[in-house]
Amino acid sequence: MAILVIAEHDNQSIKAATLNTVSAAAKLGGDVHVLVAGAGCAAAAEAAAKVAGVAKVRVCDAPQYEAQTAENVAELVKGLAGGYSHVLAPATPAGKNMLPRVAALLDVAQISDIVAVESADTFVRPIYAGNALATVKSADAIKLITVRTTAFDAAEAGGNAAPVEAVAAAADLGVTALVGREIVKSARPELGAAKVIVSGGRGLGSGDNYHKLLEPLADKLGAALGASRAAVDAGYVPNDYQVGQTGKIVAPQLYIAVGISGAIQHLAGMKDSKVIVAINKDPEAPIFQVADYGLVADLFDAVPALVAAA
Amino acid sequence: MKILVPVKRVVDYNVKVRVKADGSGVDLANVKMSMNPFDEISVEEAVRLKEAGVATEVVAVSCGVGACQETLRAAMAIGADRGILVETDVELQPLAVAKLLKAVCDKEQPQLVICGKQAIDDDANQTGQMLAALAGWPQATFASKVTLADGKAAVTREIDGGLETLSVKLPAVMTTDLRLNEPRYATLPNIMKAKKKPLDTVKPADLGVDVAPRLATLKVAEPPKRSAGERVADVAQLIDKLKNVAKVI
Ligand SMILES: Cc1cc2nc3c(=O)[nH]c(=O)nc-3n(C[C@H](O)[C@H](O)[C@H](O)COP(=O)(O)OP(=O)(O)OC[C@H]3O[C@@H](n4cnc5c(N)ncnc54)[C@H](O)[C@@H]3O)c2cc1C
Ligand SMILES: Cc1cc2nc3c(=O)[nH]c(=O)nc-3n(C[C@H](O)[C@H](O)[C@H](O)COP(=O)(O)OP(=O)(O)OC[C@H]3O[C@@H](n4cnc5c(N)ncnc54)[C@H](O)[C@@H]3O)c2cc1C
Repeated sequence: MAILVIAEHDNQSIKAATLNTVSAAAKLGGDVHVLVAGAGCAAAAEAAAKVAGVAKVRVCDAPQYEAQTAENVAELVKGLAGGYSHVLAPATPAGKNMLPRVAALLDVAQISDIVAVESADTFVRPIYAGNALATVKSADAIKLITVRTTAFDAAEAGGNAAPVEAVAAAADLGVTALVGREIVKSARPELGAAKVIVSGGRGLGSGDNYHKLLEPLADKLGAALGASRAAVDAGYVPNDYQVGQTGKIVAPQLYIAVGISGAIQHLAGMKDSKVIVAINKDPEAPIFQVADYGLVADLFDAVPALVAAA
Repeated sequence: MKILVPVKRVVDYNVKVRVKADGSGVDLANVKMSMNPFDEISVEEAVRLKEAGVATEVVAVSCGVGACQETLRAAMAIGADRGILVETDVELQPLAVAKLLKAVCDKEQPQLVICGKQAIDDDANQTGQMLAALAGWPQATFASKVTLADGKAAVTREIDGGLETLSVKLPAVMTTDLRLNEPRYATLPNIMKAKKKPLDTVKPADLGVDVAPRLATLKVAEPPKRSAGERVADVAQLIDKLKNVAKVI
């Protein structure tokens, strides 16, 4: 049977997380279909059709999917799911919001945040902030899965020309209205897909220091910017900078932690990075236990020196 | 208006759990248990809504073993008016919890249910959304701000790239994110008062809910260990390592 991937998109383009989810789907065996539900989303559907490994794109273009609310999208997916063995979404805020709703509507369990596919019904997922890996087997007829994007390589975004087929919209439930969005546009790479991340914690002391010190370093390295919860709670940077168990899970080639102590909740979000650098003035900081390269130094000296020398 | 707050008993967030040698799970013997931190935020929000005169009653619900009574008492010490324990020794998965909560909602008829966005043990991030689906209610997950007026909740949510505000019709389910509020510490007098507040116990069978697990855990393993690398003496040595050894810049 075929596998359905719910695309994450902004009507114009496909978000990178969708590419990792397609790769996870390809490991299940079966044709991979991608659902693009939006309003005026033809461009996103075309982008999905180019993704390597996609056999078919199903597009549902209707005004009630403009804001992609969980209620309306879940209603649509519920209607389509019967034709599939698996339904997958990325474990991003959007996927985590919507897919459990579909699971309950279908009366099946959801397997959250998988990091490996063992077979068509058996998956590995982290629990306890990544301190344990559980292998779970599902007995449900349809398996609903969210995918930890950092655990699967991105599918090629080009080269394919899968057929695009329209599907009818489901009822507009009309229970939720979008009042507004405040999206911070950034010229930097997306945190979830960046090769290099410069991340700052409470050690920076203020939002001003965060920007003054870390932005030049990020510019120099072409890096995305991240933060600890303490830095976000203190208002140095917006919420979506938070890396960790309850923020974003990242696994870049290089993660530079500046003034971050290394609490387990923070480590849960970055310990799969290829190379970890820690800059901290406290030689006992737990971050050094996972760092490939640890520099015990005052960050106010070390970071400018790094910018000058890199 | 009544608010229902599901609270889960979990391993305290400061505890680093260990995987059992036989791979059957994590070792929970003698580890400190606490209320899921997100659920403390939920209780705090509900109590604030009551203090502001928006809500009239705050009911805490926990599903699990008898010891969840402690979690309910902790919720009542923050200010919940009463507690309901749905008692079972069965391993509860999110769909089962959502069904139990749905049955409790049918009885209690709350206008708002405030769940945590995720429990820090299983990190499933499902229960609130599943409850909303089963009840046929709207949902507003990952909330960092909420205002209630005219039978609607305006909820600001933490999403990729920033924030979004939704207006949802009540009754609804909301799930809390870290920045919604900072929970108060329960004072000793309030902890004493909480011991006298009503706490009812029901069984899943009383609610007519089948809680049999759908997922079987085959094995629980230690993740690959990351070992500490080396200390570098200065910035120059760090750059040299990154350029010439790790080759990442
Ligand atoms: C339910 C829950 C969920 C959580 N989720 C997350 C999460 O997703 N992500 C997350 O990050 N945290 C999370 N946390 C919080 C976590 O427990 C820590 O509190 C947080 O990560 C600490 O942030 P920090 O390292 O920036 O601050 P601190 O722990 O205060 O560390 C600051 C560090 O900076 C160093 N420093 C200070 N000044 C200097 C200087 N001049 N030069 C060099 N170094 C300096 C200090 O030595 C210290 O090590 C969560 C907590 C809970 C309870
Ligand atoms: C004795 C016992 C042993 C268990 N052993 C295991 C095990 O070995 N492996 C395993 O995978 N699972 C086990 N479970 C089940 C597990 O603890 C969770 O209850 C279940 O998986 C729900 O996932 P979650 O809490 O991550 O859900 P989430 O969806 O992340 O929880 C979000 C929110 O839902 C609400 N909520 C969730 N659960 C409850 C609850 N029980 N009562 C009230 N509100 C709740 C809270 O508001 C919480 O913040 C066990 C449960 C029990 C009682």
